[in-house]
Amino acid sequence: MSARFKAGDRVRVRVGSPPGHLRTPLYIQGKIGSVERLHGDYRNPESLAHGGDGLPKQQLYLVRFAQPHVWPKYPGPPRDQLLIDIYEHWLEPA
Amino acid sequence: MHDDHHDNPHAPPTPDHPMTEFERRVDAVQALLIEKGLITADEVRRAVEEMDYRSPALGAKVIARAWVDPAFKSRLLANAKSAILELGIDVGELATIVAVENTEKVHHAVVCTLCSCYPRGLLGYPPDWYKSLNYRSRVVVDPRGVLKEFGLQLPPNVEVRVLDSTADMRYLVIPARPAGTDGMSEEELAGLITRDSMIGVAQARTPAKR
Repeated sequence: MSARFKAGDRVRVRVGSPPGHLRTPLYIQGKIGSVERLHGDYRNPESLAHGGDGLPKQQLYLVRFAQPHVWPKYPGPPRDQLLIDIYEHWLEPA
Repeated sequence: MHDDHHDNPHAPPTPDHPMTEFERRVDAVQALLIEKGLITADEVRRAVEEMDYRSPALGAKVIARAWVDPAFKSRLLANAKSAILELGIDVGELATIVAVENTEKVHHAVVCTLCSCYPRGLLGYPPDWYKSLNYRSRVVVDPRGVLKEFGLQLPPNVEVRVLDSTADMRYLVIPARPAGTDGMSEEELAGLITRDSMIGVAQARTPAKR
């Protein structure tokens, strides 16, 4: 499966809490960041956790977010960053 | 001793304390897997032994090489697993190690907010604080405050990057090489590289004054 996003692309994290095992933290859902790097494709943990085969594999990205965007009351300098691994089906263009 | 495992030839030795719910469950599942012939007790023992052998000394060896050999550091940053294999260390199949570098301008710290993902193949078991809800919930919100509690105060011009390892990647921090270490051997340098500096909650040790 080819990657939908490339490094530098702006992406929004989808919002949702479907039943089962999730690897997309609630605190980052709905936030906008940019793709820092592409990790390649990996089996989908939401399927693996429940005995599935994890296929089709999902592209995995390291996405960076500005701390003050994630936490409006962030106490440190505004250029500090939060970087999170997120699977492609949780991302949409922003 | 009055536990009932003595009658069960498949059960592993039980701990000396009253077993918790999880321990009993693991025990039961393991006994079933062995009974059905899917795994053997020796395979379980070997896996535990293999895990126990891992320690931060492995990670320190990798970082020390990166400090003295810029070409190795580049390979480590590009593809950590194959670079680490050059040193004869096999980090295993389960996770992908990704190395990130701390410098004068950027400081990385690693957390797994969802559970306790950790580069075990290279650092061994994670420390208890790494698995605590306290660290996991606070380091993403106020990393500088948490690092200060660890004794690390970073100037405002250093960009702090918190890495939340929520998926298949296991992050290894390459701490900055301390000043005053120019003449040191790789082995001496490895002694300065602590577990916490490879998680990013501390700097590498500075050498003792001679």
